[in-house]
Amino acid sequence: MTSKNEEYDFKWCPGCGDFGVRRSLEYAVADWITQTGQSIENTVVVAGIGCSGNMVHLLEGPQPFGIHGIHGRTLPISFGIKMGRPDLNVVIVAGDGDFLSIGMEHIAPQAQRNLNVTAIIMDNAVYGLTKGQSSPTTDMGVVTPTTPYGKVEGALNPLDLYLTLGASFIASGISTKIRPLGNLMSQAMHHPGFAIVHVQSPCTTYNDNYEILKGNPKKGMAPVAWDIPAEHDPTDRAAAHRVIHSGGIPLGVIYKQENSKPLDKRMGEAWAKARTQSVEQLLDSFLFKVS
Amino acid sequence: MEKKKDFVVRFAGEGGQGMVTAGEGLAQAAAQVGYHSQTFSTFPSQIEGGPTWCQTRIAITPALSAGDELDVLVAFNHAAYEGHKGEVREGGVIVYNSEEFQLEPDGHSFGMPFEELGKSTGNPRASNMVVLGAIAHLVNWPQSYLQDFVVARFRRGRANDQEIIDSNIKALSLGEEAARASGFNLGELASPVKPKYTQVMIKGNDLLALGAVAAGVEVFVGYPISPATTILVFMERNLTGPGRFVYQASSEIESINAIVGAGFAGKKAMTSTSGPGMSLMSEGIGMAWMAEIPVVIVNVQRGGPATGLPTKTEQSDFLAALHPAHGDQALPIIAPGTVEECFYAAIAAVNWAERYQGPVILLSDQMLSERAQNVPRPDLGKVVVEKRLVYSGNNGYLRYEASTVSPMPVPGGSGSYVANASEHDPMGDTTHRPDRHVQMTERRFNKLKLLQDSTYEAKHREAPIAVMPWGGSKGSMQEAYDILMAQGQKVGWYYTMYLHPLPAKLLEELRQKELVLVPELNYLGQFGSYLRSLGVRAESITQYTGLPFKVQDLVDQVTERVRAAQGGMVRV
Ligand SMILES: Cc1ncc(C[n+]2csc(CCOP(=O)(O)OP(=O)(O)O)c2C)c(N)n1
Ligand code: SF4
Repeated sequence: MTSKNEEYDFKWCPGCGDFGVRRSLEYAVADWITQTGQSIENTVVVAGIGCSGNMVHLLEGPQPFGIHGIHGRTLPISFGIKMGRPDLNVVIVAGDGDFLSIGMEHIAPQAQRNLNVTAIIMDNAVYGLTKGQSSPTTDMGVVTPTTPYGKVEGALNPLDLYLTLGASFIASGISTKIRPLGNLMSQAMHHPGFAIVHVQSPCTTYNDNYEILKGNPKKGMAPVAWDIPAEHDPTDRAAAHRVIHSGGIPLGVIYKQENSKPLDKRMGEAWAKARTQSVEQLLDSFLFKVS
Repeated sequence: MEKKKDFVVRFAGEGGQGMVTAGEGLAQAAAQVGYHSQTFSTFPSQIEGGPTWCQTRIAITPALSAGDELDVLVAFNHAAYEGHKGEVREGGVIVYNSEEFQLEPDGHSFGMPFEELGKSTGNPRASNMVVLGAIAHLVNWPQSYLQDFVVARFRRGRANDQEIIDSNIKALSLGEEAARASGFNLGELASPVKPKYTQVMIKGNDLLALGAVAAGVEVFVGYPISPATTILVFMERNLTGPGRFVYQASSEIESINAIVGAGFAGKKAMTSTSGPGMSLMSEGIGMAWMAEIPVVIVNVQRGGPATGLPTKTEQSDFLAALHPAHGDQALPIIAPGTVEECFYAAIAAVNWAERYQGPVILLSDQMLSERAQNVPRPDLGKVVVEKRLVYSGNNGYLRYEASTVSPMPVPGGSGSYVANASEHDPMGDTTHRPDRHVQMTERRFNKLKLLQDSTYEAKHREAPIAVMPWGGSKGSMQEAYDILMAQGQKVGWYYTMYLHPLPAKLLEELRQKELVLVPELNYLGQFGSYLRSLGVRAESITQYTGLPFKVQDLVDQVTERVRAAQGGMVRV
């Protein structure tokens, strides 16, 4: 049940990180509207399948357009929306399973095209909706319903992957820091190119790692997540690589390509060489004269 | 002697030897002087080598099929000779490349050195013209026919145009001399009856792509796959300019999801593929059906399943086109039957998608995609283009409330909602309530009723037994039907490119028939089984060789089945 729809029966579990991500997104969209003067209907939220994707139904306040499609395909759906309508602000919300497992094949092409969309990935290192199976970011050795004797695959480093595949904006955030996360999302929306905001968004039911991320002084646990220092220059690719490999979970803007040129601009430039013909002209190019 | 009305030549050899260029050249030359011509090509999917052939049919009336028997076989190598000689009609001629093999004089073949004669003109690429020159002589064509064709083809505004034209004309005469020396002649081909209308010489796929552009398609995303690739190539070149987008995707999964995104965003969007790509698109097509998003998926059928027969023709995807996804769905299908229909079928498919707000399958086949044919230039003035109903009211709209199609909100405008591929309530939020699943399932199927008013062909409606071809088998059946009529047989004819849903009136008529015979290129008799599920007493005439039907085979099969049925032995 939501304030706008009594019938809607999906709920996040208490404490789910996705609540915080939703607040951050609401802030970021509101900021986008103030800064660009666009209407809320100009924003489209493209949702993956998973607990995280249900955010498209749970957003409060004025409603953007949404599309809740099929598992793993947020990127190709966004590709069609954005390239059909470059005037729209396209925002993806998806889980680590959706984006990095079944949807993995779509990251490289969009990164290389520099599709101008923002992807917000809620990483809980587990499949929430299907009840706790292992995901690409689950650590090696972890026991889940589908890894009863411990996971035998290594855990993927998503930030490293995004950098390698050529994403032109990479940020890392955590669901508990709502305003800073909203701020990262805003920067991503304004970035002219393929922007990913990768968010630690714990699953209280199947993988409650709040304590690991934030630390617990009482237990003498140091936080795994740390703020990227202000001196970091995100336009420096080598520096971005160092941040990603410094251990733990860095929080902030990791990489931002200078002079990023999005796909819609590139298409326009390539088409400067094209001589667009009307249907009549095209038909005439197949004409022949009977002598 | 009566003049020939129709002339069939097959060029057979190995990929890369120029068979298709020769066949299409002959078709073009014939069309330029007013004949009707069409080609059929079949080749392996490797680039170099492998058995390839191209058949050209030239006639004084519109050519309906590729032609059963060969008047002339041009064998570029010995394997081609062995493989195809059985299809040469009695009295036909085999012209072979004597550089490749030699035959004892047998009264129906002669050799000439294709390459050597070609090269002797000083142009290493003139051997095709040697062959065409010989063929022209066999049917007493005036020299001007091919000479004019050579001039038209090679006058390209380059410095060496004249040189190339001269060498090719020389090659024509060398071929002609060789044919004359052989002493063979097939009798004169009747003079063409020049069509009164303007014509285009075009292949099915190009005309299909043009139809889509004429219907207002603005977004096209596809992945290369035979025999659909040329649609993507046409679009990449031509679907340019403001408001448009065309792209080679990274897979068919990306193609289908991208066009669903574009359709949701208000664009007329299309993709094209063949069997394997259709399989990968399954889930995305289901999404378009469920979330009610207009898109057109072109499936140019190859032989299947799996990688199957990439460059051969088959009509074995009908059932996959009807139910491409899991769950309750039945997709609208439009299947062109001729090159000309490819244009109109594409327009109709886009119109249907917009009208009922969902995915439409445009089901073509390999034999249409690659067939070059001279057809009347489509008259755009007669083309009707439809657009979806767009919502323009206030926010808070219930997008999926009505029991049939309802105005669709478009991002950027009012009425924001969630287009949902999960079962949903009227505002687009996910739901699991039984009553909602009933309501929405019925809504989705109700929308199909908007598509039942299309046209169809009917002849001899009074006959209790009828034939009903579909797709690319139309031409062969039409030619066979004309023969059956000339023989005085009493058989009706039905045809439509609107396969699902069928025009309501057509279905009513079909249900009255004692027997409806469906020639189709698949093992299962797929369209026949569909007709039976609709209460039509249908029986399929099947063939699954990867090749089109021969006209004579259809004449024989229909005659036999009609006789059996009339003897009271209706086999269903
Ligand atoms: C093609 C397909 N395969 C499997 C599923 C089942 N499924 C639904 S959600 C999901 C994984 C969700 O995990 P994640 O993306 O990490 O999201 P979370 O629920 O954790 O937010 C799976 C496997 C599906 N819907 N579609
Ligand atoms: S299962 Fe986990 S991810 Fe899903 S709603 Fe509950 S806490 Fe959130």
